[in-house]
Amino acid sequence: MSHLFARLNWFCIICWLILAVILVITVTPLWIMLKTALMPSSEVFNYSTSWWPNNPTLVNFERVLGLLSTEESLKAGGSGAKVNFSLAMLNSIIFTGIIVIIQTASAAAAAYAFARLRFPGRSVLFGLFVASMMIPGVVTFIPNFILIRDLGWLNTMMGMVAPFCLMQGFSVFFLRQFFLALPKELEEAAYIEGASHFYIFYRIAIPLSITPLITIATLIGINMWNEFLWPYLVAKDEAHQVLTVALQGFKSQTPQGQPDWTGLMAATAISVLPTIGLLLIFGRNVVESIQFSGSK
Amino acid sequence: MKTLSPVSFLWQPFSPGRRTETLTGYALILPALIGFSLFYALPLFRAFELSFTDWNMLRAPRFIGFDNYIQMWHDGRFWNGMKLSLYYVLLNIPLQTALGLFLAVAMDRLTRSIVVRSVILLPYLLSNVLVALIWLWMLDPLLGIVNSMITSLGFERHAFLGSPSEALATIAGINIWRHMGLVAILFLAGLQNIPRYLYEAAIIEGASEWQMFRHITLPLLRPVMVFVLVTSVTGSFQIFDTVAVTTAGDPYDSTNVIVHYIIQNAFSFYKMGYASAMSMALCLVMVLYTLIQMRMMRASESDLA
Repeated sequence: MSHLFARLNWFCIICWLILAVILVITVTPLWIMLKTALMPSSEVFNYSTSWWPNNPTLVNFERVLGLLSTEESLKAGGSGAKVNFSLAMLNSIIFTGIIVIIQTASAAAAAYAFARLRFPGRSVLFGLFVASMMIPGVVTFIPNFILIRDLGWLNTMMGMVAPFCLMQGFSVFFLRQFFLALPKELEEAAYIEGASHFYIFYRIAIPLSITPLITIATLIGINMWNEFLWPYLVAKDEAHQVLTVALQGFKSQTPQGQPDWTGLMAATAISVLPTIGLLLIFGRNVVESIQFSGSK
Repeated sequence: MKTLSPVSFLWQPFSPGRRTETLTGYALILPALIGFSLFYALPLFRAFELSFTDWNMLRAPRFIGFDNYIQMWHDGRFWNGMKLSLYYVLLNIPLQTALGLFLAVAMDRLTRSIVVRSVILLPYLLSNVLVALIWLWMLDPLLGIVNSMITSLGFERHAFLGSPSEALATIAGINIWRHMGLVAILFLAGLQNIPRYLYEAAIIEGASEWQMFRHITLPLLRPVMVFVLVTSVTGSFQIFDTVAVTTAGDPYDSTNVIVHYIIQNAFSFYKMGYASAMSMALCLVMVLYTLIQMRMMRASESDLA
C-alpha cells in the first residue's frame, strides 16, 4: 500500500506528526502517574513538576497495599488511609467475571432464538429488547436500587451483578446479526437428520460463532470492569467494593485538606496493571473486538 | 410472520415440529426475558409511578399528582443541568470525532502495528474514575504538571476544574483524551473496508489529498460515522462518572450536569419522586434523539453496496 501513496510524501510526514503527537499525549499522563507514585510524598511540594522521580521509592505502593503499619505510613506522609486492593481487585474480577459469563450465555441463547426460531411474539419482544437500549441508566437505577434494597441485597455480590447479568440490549442485538448471517445449510441438514433445535444451537451455531462471542464478551468485560455508578450505589462497604469504588473512596479520605497524591497515584498505578496485562496478552483480540463492534 | 426460518420448508402450522420450535424459542429467550422484565420494563414503570409521588424512602410514598413535574418546570437547577449536558456534548463530540477521524486516517496510511493500535486504545480501557484521578492530579492548580508547563511558557495559571468558566470544558477535554482512541479504532475499521482502487483511480485523475478525503473517504465512512455519533452523543449527554470524581457538580453548579443532579436528588437529598420525574424527562429527550437519528440513519445506508 505504501507504494500507492509514495508520491505524497509531505502528507505522510503530516500523518506521522499527528500520530506521534497523539501517542505522546496518550502516554504522558500514565508516565506522570507512575512518576508521582514513585516519589516520596515529602517531595510533592517541591518536585511535583519534575518529569523524573528524584529519589524513587516503593514506599507509596507499600503503604496503600497496607504493608506498613499506620505509624510508618503516617511518617511516610500518608493519611493513614489504605485501600484493601487485593480485595477490591478480587471483587472487580468476580463482578466482571459473573456478568461476562452469564450475560454472554443468555444473550447468545436469546439472539439465536430471535434469529432462527419462530414463536408467537418474537418480533414484538425483539423490538422491546432493542428499545431498551434507549433507556438511560439513571432511569432504571433508582427503582432498581429500591428493588435491591427491598430484597436485602445491598452490599452483596448478588445485588451488584443482578441488573447486568441476564440482559443487555446491545449484546442480543449484536449476536443476532451474526446468527442471521450464518449459512443455514448446516442447520437444515442437522434438522433433517433429526437433531433438536437446542442441539443445533448448542453444537452447530455456537461453535460457528466463536469470534462474535469473544467480541461481545470482551466488550461486556471492559464495560463492567469500568462500571462505577451502580456498584457505588449498592455496595459501598469495604468488603464488597470494586476497584472504581475503592479508588473514589481513597480519594475522599483527605484529612490534611490536600489529597494524598503520591498514595493516590500508587493506588491508581496498581489498578492500571490488570488492564495493561490484558493488553499485553490479548492485545490483538481486544483491539480487533472493538474494531469489529462498529461494523455490525 | 413473513420472515423465513431455516426450517421453513418443513414448517407446518400446528405440527409437533412447530410446537417444539416454539417451546425451544421461549426456553432460549427466558433468561434474557427475565432480566428484561425485572431490570428494564418493571423499573421503567416504577420510575413513572414514583414520578407522581413524594418519597424520601422512609415514609410510604405519597401521591402528589403532577407536582414533581410542575416543580421541575420551575427548577432553575434542572434546566441548568439539561443545558450543561447539552453544552458538554457540544464541547466533547465535535473535537473528539474530528481528532479520532484524523488519527484513523493517519494510522490507515502509515501503520497496521498492533502495538500502536493498543496504545491508542489504552485510555478507553481505563475506567472513568481512574482517568479522572490522573487528570485531577495533573491539573491541580498549584502542584499539577500542566500548570507548571503553562507557566514555564509564560502564560497565566489556570484553575481548570476549580474555575466555574473552565471546569466543564476541562471535563470534556479529559474525556476526549479517554475516547479519542476508541473513535479512531472504530473509524479505522470503516476505512479498511474502502476499496483501494478508488484511491488509485483518484490519484491517476490527479485528485488532491483533500479532494480524496472529501469525496471518497467521508461519504463511504457514513455508516460508521452514524454509529459513532449515535453511541457517543447519547453516552456523552449522560456524563456522570468524571463529574462525580473531579468536581461533584461544583464550582457553583457549573458542572452539575443533569445525571449528576438527578443522582444528587435521589441519593443525597432522598427525593426519590422528584429524581424519578427528572429521569423521565431525560428518558424522553434520549428516546426522541435516538428516533430522529435512526430516521436519518435509514436515509444514509452505505454507498458501498
